[in-house]
Amino acid sequence: MSLKDLLSPFFVWQRAFEKPYTTLRPTLDRPGAPAYRGFHINITETCVGCGSCQTICQNNAIDMVAVEAYAGRAGDSGLRPRFDYGRCCWCGLCVDICTAASLRMSNEYAWISDDPDSFHFTAGVDDKPWQDNELGYRRAEGYHLNPPKRIEMPMLSAQESLKSFAEVTLGYNEEQAKKEADRCVECGICVATCPAHMDVPDYIHSIRDGDYEKGLQLMYRTNPFPATCGRICTRRCESVCPVGILGEPVAIRWLKRFIVDQVDKKDYQRILEKPIASTGFKVAIIGAGPGGLSAAYYLRQQGHAVTVYEAQATGGGMLRYGVPSYRLPDAELDKDIDHITSIGVEIKYNSRIGKDVMFESLLENYDAVFMSTGLSVPSSMRINGENHARVLSGLQILADVASDRDPGIGKKVAVIGGGNVAMDAARVSRRLGAEVTILYRRRISDMPADEEEIHECQQEGCTIVPQAIPVEIIDADNKQKVCIKWGEAKMVDDPKGGRARPVLQEDKMHTETYDCIISAIGQSSNLDYLSKELQEQLAFEWGKLTPAEYQHTSMKKVFVGGDFANRTADAISAIEDGHHAARGINRFLNPDFYTALEKQEN
Amino acid sequence: MTQLTGHSSALDFAQPEPVDMASGKYVKLWQGPQHPGITGNMSLELTLDGDTIIDCKTHVGYLHRGFEKLMERRSFIQNFTVVCRIAVPEPTFNEYLYSHAVEQLSGIKIPERAIWLRTMNLELMRLASFLMWIGGMSGAFGQYTVPNWTTAYRDFVLDLFEEMTGARIYHMYIVPGGVRAGLPDGFEKRARDIMDGAEKLLDQVERVMFNNAVFKARSKGLGIITPDMIDPYGIVGPNARACGVERDIRKDEPYLAYDQLNFETITGKDSDAYERAYLRLQETRQCISLIRQCLDKAPKDGPFQADMPNVLHWKIPAGETYVKAECTRGEYGYYMVTDGSEFVRRVHVRGPSYTHAIAVMERLAVGNNIADIAGLMVSLHTYPPEIER
Ligand SMILES: Cc1cc2nc3c(=O)[nH]c(=O)nc-3n(C[C@H](O)[C@H](O)[C@H](O)COP(=O)(O)OP(=O)(O)OC[C@H]3O[C@@H](n4cnc5c(N)ncnc54)[C@H](O)[C@@H]3O)c2cc1C
Ligand code: SF4
Repeated sequence: MSLKDLLSPFFVWQRAFEKPYTTLRPTLDRPGAPAYRGFHINITETCVGCGSCQTICQNNAIDMVAVEAYAGRAGDSGLRPRFDYGRCCWCGLCVDICTAASLRMSNEYAWISDDPDSFHFTAGVDDKPWQDNELGYRRAEGYHLNPPKRIEMPMLSAQESLKSFAEVTLGYNEEQAKKEADRCVECGICVATCPAHMDVPDYIHSIRDGDYEKGLQLMYRTNPFPATCGRICTRRCESVCPVGILGEPVAIRWLKRFIVDQVDKKDYQRILEKPIASTGFKVAIIGAGPGGLSAAYYLRQQGHAVTVYEAQATGGGMLRYGVPSYRLPDAELDKDIDHITSIGVEIKYNSRIGKDVMFESLLENYDAVFMSTGLSVPSSMRINGENHARVLSGLQILADVASDRDPGIGKKVAVIGGGNVAMDAARVSRRLGAEVTILYRRRISDMPADEEEIHECQQEGCTIVPQAIPVEIIDADNKQKVCIKWGEAKMVDDPKGGRARPVLQEDKMHTETYDCIISAIGQSSNLDYLSKELQEQLAFEWGKLTPAEYQHTSMKKVFVGGDFANRTADAISAIEDGHHAARGINRFLNPDFYTALEKQEN
Repeated sequence: MTQLTGHSSALDFAQPEPVDMASGKYVKLWQGPQHPGITGNMSLELTLDGDTIIDCKTHVGYLHRGFEKLMERRSFIQNFTVVCRIAVPEPTFNEYLYSHAVEQLSGIKIPERAIWLRTMNLELMRLASFLMWIGGMSGAFGQYTVPNWTTAYRDFVLDLFEEMTGARIYHMYIVPGGVRAGLPDGFEKRARDIMDGAEKLLDQVERVMFNNAVFKARSKGLGIITPDMIDPYGIVGPNARACGVERDIRKDEPYLAYDQLNFETITGKDSDAYERAYLRLQETRQCISLIRQCLDKAPKDGPFQADMPNVLHWKIPAGETYVKAECTRGEYGYYMVTDGSEFVRRVHVRGPSYTHAIAVMERLAVGNNIADIAGLMVSLHTYPPEIER
């Protein structure tokens, strides 16, 4: 110890003249740091109510509550997070996991109120002073608590796939499926969007658990075509999957396929539910497409005797004769259909109603009739010369190939259209060795075909010429080749904000000769099994009709579904129509039971 | 009622003779659990002969929040918001060790930028923690000016945390997989300014607190840890280094970016309260140098998070690991067992305070004056919450 040790402490006085560290509150305000984790803000318009914030919050500080403004919005649960500031610890995990990046935090420090209820609020709905704060915590760019990219589906290369009609997608292996299944946030928004309301989060969960039999059971509750839908479904579920808002949606379709691929057909009987005891009722079904067979499956489960009348030699409808086997192999379609017949559904093949059996006799001999005869008549292009021998229909070519017949398309073909049928016809033509050009009226981005289909189509070497309007078929007498005249189109915006319209530019015409032209611009129904009077009585308009509740028609015994009775014209909608009709027919056959049930429920 | 008397030496673990409380010669006094200083809620049951301590027993249980158990019921991502609370003034070491253990067990490798940002974050934490500690040490000897300076200056470091992490105390920045964000614009400049100020402050502190006759008179010779105590008691960190033991995990088993930083392990020799305090002052200065080096070397861009699974269903394969880091008080460790489920099977948190505040404190207290007990406690730098987890 020294003299210095006695004097040195007096140095403290020097500090008296320095600027103090402290901020003079409340005279001087100090805002929070730009990324401070302050109070919650929710952009409720962007939020879809997936509830991931609620799931991740370890403090149970979030409840998802119904907000009227969003009730019934498509791809939206209608719920929004309600925060309890008696529980929150401001960790911001809810912000990090938010699938829509709608949840964020303001950089506000303080909220003073004598109303305890004001600390319990639905962000973005209940008015709060920080709602419009531009600063505060956001999830940083490049920071993810859920992988934004899906597991890529293993596929044949484009060169390889052109060599045969072998299935292009190879399916996930277990590791890939589990990883992809992991990406699901279990919000269930897909369930509401799926026409059949399949139990998506639960069957995906079964993949995570490795319990594929349970997964199969869950799928059969709403869909007896899982092997099929796992390959070719239009997957509207994926379009609303919140994981897809900032990244890629969960590959729901491939996961469905994975489950089916894991279970052997011979185990189906053991795993899946069996029909209940016979009710003594008899139901006839016209058409063994997905609509008809789905109705058959669920009616049979309910103990009714079901007979399906099918004009063709095999079942599946357009899934068999339309969808090419490189997308849906016959064996997979058979896996689904075989299970339906294995529970006692009888299918009478080569039995065309209106020819082999009369519609009226069905009305007489059965307690109820369900019809789902689809759309089988190709639509006309409505241009001159269309009846040329070398103008073929996409449906015909696909049906030929499906039945092992050579459609004789030649080496150079043009496909007209931009939907899935056009893509299928084009890709089938490539496999038959032709050079393919697709002419489409609008832009590629306007094509109704699935984006993946368009991409694969291009990969396989099809040339897409957008904004090309067919004008006329010339050289009518040439039996070998066909010449088409088409004009370039200009896209004109709709002043009312609707879809842009292609307008033909008379000065930009082209002609080109092909071995054949494949028209694939749509299809309509064939109702020749119904008399004019019956068609009128059933209220068909332009070959289609809109059924009442439970797919019921104006005729007491008759229920309808599938492509000719819905607007979406895809397999899953037909399947749901069939299931729904089965519920309707049950009610119709057994009204007392259902009235009692409803009374009980109310 | 009977009490134990002190031991003959620090390594004498025999049961000593009980003192006769009924004689009226001895007084029992409870120091804590409320402390006017920074030691937190822990209490010492002191037996006094006059104003000399003849026995000391540490009692804990006032802060028990059951963190280790809580973790068994929360998902791996949820836990990272819990662990920071285990040591209030030093949450970051818990964040790092928890994350590191999880990463080891799940085989995640974090990117380079995250390694540097973590290192800087930990050193900023050390700086903030030491600034608070210096105040506590000074206050325990009745000098209240320095605490005002250092705890106030600590707030500037907390400002940096606020900018970097979004929060001042519970940063929740180091997360399994990396860190939550890169550095905000202008951070580097502000950090350097604050480092310059801190350096100046530490010079002032040295003049006022350390070159101080009263402080020296009271802290020199107080609570000497002898070299033979180090291993039997499991003494780590500055408490061991002040005794001349060169032990620092950052150097001995470098983790994060420490092998790329230029620094030496600081040691002392007197091993008393003064020496420990002075050593910490030097380590605070070292901290500033390390932070500057991190600012120089940390990559400015690139990923700061490894590819993660969906944390909502995150399962980690069965395994066990022990990870450790050098916190301000020495070796901080996490022992973690996983069983392949979405939850951790067991976590054990090893905080240095466990030995320092119980076994070491109970021995060092004996023979001292009641007035010095607070200073002795702070000189061991203990945090009760990490004893109770
Ligand atoms: C080329 C092509 C590709 C497609 N790709 C997809 C796709 O990728 N994804 C998707 O979801 N959907 C796709 N679809 C649509 C899907 O195939 C249909 O939506 C679905 O098959 C409709 O089912 P349905 O039961 O209504 O009719 P259909 O499947 O058309 O079945 C009707 C059945 O009724 C039979 N029938 C008709 N008239 C009679 C009668 N008088 N007597 C007895 N039987 C009769 C028919 O032979 C046929 O078997 C595609 C369609 C086509 C044409
Ligand atoms: S900030 Fe953390 S504690 Fe608060 S609501 Fe969000 S997840 Fe829950």
